[in-house]
Parts: sequence; structure tokens; C-alpha cells
Amino acid sequence: MTDKIYELIIIGAGPAGITAGVYAARKKMDCLVISVDIGGQTAWSGDVENYTGYQFISGPELAAKFEEHIKRYGIDVNEGEEVQEVTSSEGIHKIKTTSGEYKAKTLIIASGKRSRELGVPGEEKFKNKGLTYCATCDGPFFENKDVVIVGGGNSALDAALQMEKIASFITIVNVTPELGGDLIMQEKVVGSKKVKVLNGSEVMEVIGDKFVDKIKVKTPSGEIEVPCKGVFVEIGLMPNSAFTKDIKKNDMDEIIVNCQTETNIPGIFAAGDVTNVAEKQIIIAAGEGAKASLRAFKHLAEMR
Amino acid sequence: MKNVKVYSTPTCSFCIRAKQFLTDNNVEFESIDISTDPERAKEIVEKSGQMGVPVLDIEGEIIVGFDKDKITSALGI
Repeated sequence: MTDKIYELIIIGAGPAGITAGVYAARKKMDCLVISVDIGGQTAWSGDVENYTGYQFISGPELAAKFEEHIKRYGIDVNEGEEVQEVTSSEGIHKIKTTSGEYKAKTLIIASGKRSRELGVPGEEKFKNKGLTYCATCDGPFFENKDVVIVGGGNSALDAALQMEKIASFITIVNVTPELGGDLIMQEKVVGSKKVKVLNGSEVMEVIGDKFVDKIKVKTPSGEIEVPCKGVFVEIGLMPNSAFTKDIKKNDMDEIIVNCQTETNIPGIFAAGDVTNVAEKQIIIAAGEGAKASLRAFKHLAEMR
Repeated sequence: MKNVKVYSTPTCSFCIRAKQFLTDNNVEFESIDISTDPERAKEIVEKSGQMGVPVLDIEGEIIVGFDKDKITSALGI
């Protein structure tokens, strides 16, 4: 670890982290961004039609614009580095990552959310071997194959509609008694001859040899096996907040912030989907990132 | 110049980043869109033993995912 103490470290480079970085650059703060990827969930989104200034833009294109914007300001971005632990003492925050340790006077946590996992036997073994969390990315591998989609909300329905054009048959395994999500999408899914819905059902195990061959499902009428080559997990998201032990979170593990993006620890701010902010939207995350950066700037001034 | 192939789908963000990285480093490559070419999809599952994209084939060395360190060392850049 070097002795350098940054004025600001931003964890995450989605819309919140990038916007925080841009604001930090404009305030000439000595700043470092640490992130696993660039763009966050935006890069995985399909079409974006509600980000002001772009009537229509694809998720990957918008993520590329974000990257271009922050790079234009010459901010250091450590991509491919994951934060493992954050500790604070005497107003200095230590950040331990997969490749080093850093210190900063202020910290903005904008680490976003990731796909929720099933937590059943076989899931780890078959990741990328039939089991995937991204229908948009990996769907084409399953042309003319039987697949299972786990989940019952909009993202599961969206995956079902995408796979309807590619796969030969789709079984939806949904834990709740009825499908959720938008009615228009539900009607399309239920109306398809290629789709069967198992409501009130839960995946128990993913089974196969080198690749997925079948799954075990607990249904209201007993346990069954569903043969399939693909399993698409679409059961929502969870916040990337495990590296923070001392920061207060709600029962969904989201970091609790007030309307100024302050956490319970002075000098640590949080923005975007990792927080309990009311709505999870790209534009809201960006706005929260701006607020966090301006608040961090004020905090530094107060420290002097 | 090494022979570089990138197997990808149009909507996968790490595929886009991997290709951008190669372009930024002036590396020529063949881009294979597996969503329109099921035979090549099969080919890459056999070659890489898994079903995710991107997959890079650098002179026969298979790299799964956008792994910058592995890509730079395989290319010798």
C-alpha cells in the first residue's frame, strides 16, 4: 500500500459512479475510480428510451458514452478491480481490493446491483455451462433447444419472449402462485404454444455432466425433473454491499442514505442502485452520483 | 500479426468492450456473431468447453470473457 491519500475514491463505474467522477473532475478533486466493469447494469440493458437527451439509445451505447465522458476528464479508472473490504478510522477510509489497498478522505459507494443467484446445488458448477444470468448475451447458444427460465417478473418474461424466437420449448419456473410483471408481456408469454408455466414451483437442483441436462423442480403436486439444455436465472437483483460491515443497510442489504447521499459514517456517501433510494433508474443513479460528489466536495472543505 | 478471432453476440457488453480493446490496440481480428451462425456457436462450445461469450481465439489460445491481462499476454502487447 502506498501512503498516498486520495481526496475521493469512487467504488463503481455505472451511471452513479461515472457521474460522481465527472463532477469530481470539474471540482479538481484528487480522485480514483475502482470498478469491476464500466457501465454497470446499463451495459447489460436492452433499449433505453428514458434517459434525457437520448430519445433512443441502446444500453451498451449509453455505457460507451459514459466511459467516453469520464475518460475525457482524465480521471483514473481502475477497471477489473473488485473491492473486498472498506474500513474507517480517524476520518480516513481504507479500501482493500483484489489487487491492492488504497486510502481516501472521502468515499462514494456506487457499486450497484448484480443478479440474484438461486443458491441450489449445481448452480456454481454449471455457470456458463448452460446456466446463465443474461438471456440477452447468451441466448443464441440455445437455438432449437429446450430451456428453463427461473422467475416470474418482468425480467423473466422478457427473457421468455427473447427465447421464444430461439429455443424449441420454454418452461418457466415461478415461485409465486401467479406470474407478475406487465400484463401485456404476461399475455404474450402465456399465449405462446412454446411456453409452459409452473407456478408455485422452485428449482431444487441443476443436474448434468459437462453441461446442463435437467433440473429438479418442487411443484405443488410433487417433485419433477425437467430436461433442458439451458437455465436462465431471472430472479431479480441484489446490492453489491458485502464489503461494507460498518455501514448501515436495510433488510434488502441496500446502503441507507439520507437525501444528501450521506451514510451513517461521516465521509462515506453512497449513490445509485446499491442504496435505498426510491427508484432504480439510470437517470436517478446519475443524479444521485452528482449529489454524492458535490456532498463529498463540501465534506472535504469542512475538514480543512 | 497473430490470428485473432472474437466469438460474440451483438448485445453482450463485454464482447463490445473486448472488441473495442483490440481496436484501440490496433489488433486486427475476425468478429464472429454466433447469434446468426449456429455452426460457429457449436464450434466455440467445443473449443472452450463452455457456453458464454465473448470467447477469444488468439493463435489457438482460448480466452473466455474479457480478461485484459490474459489478452495482452497472449498478444504479447
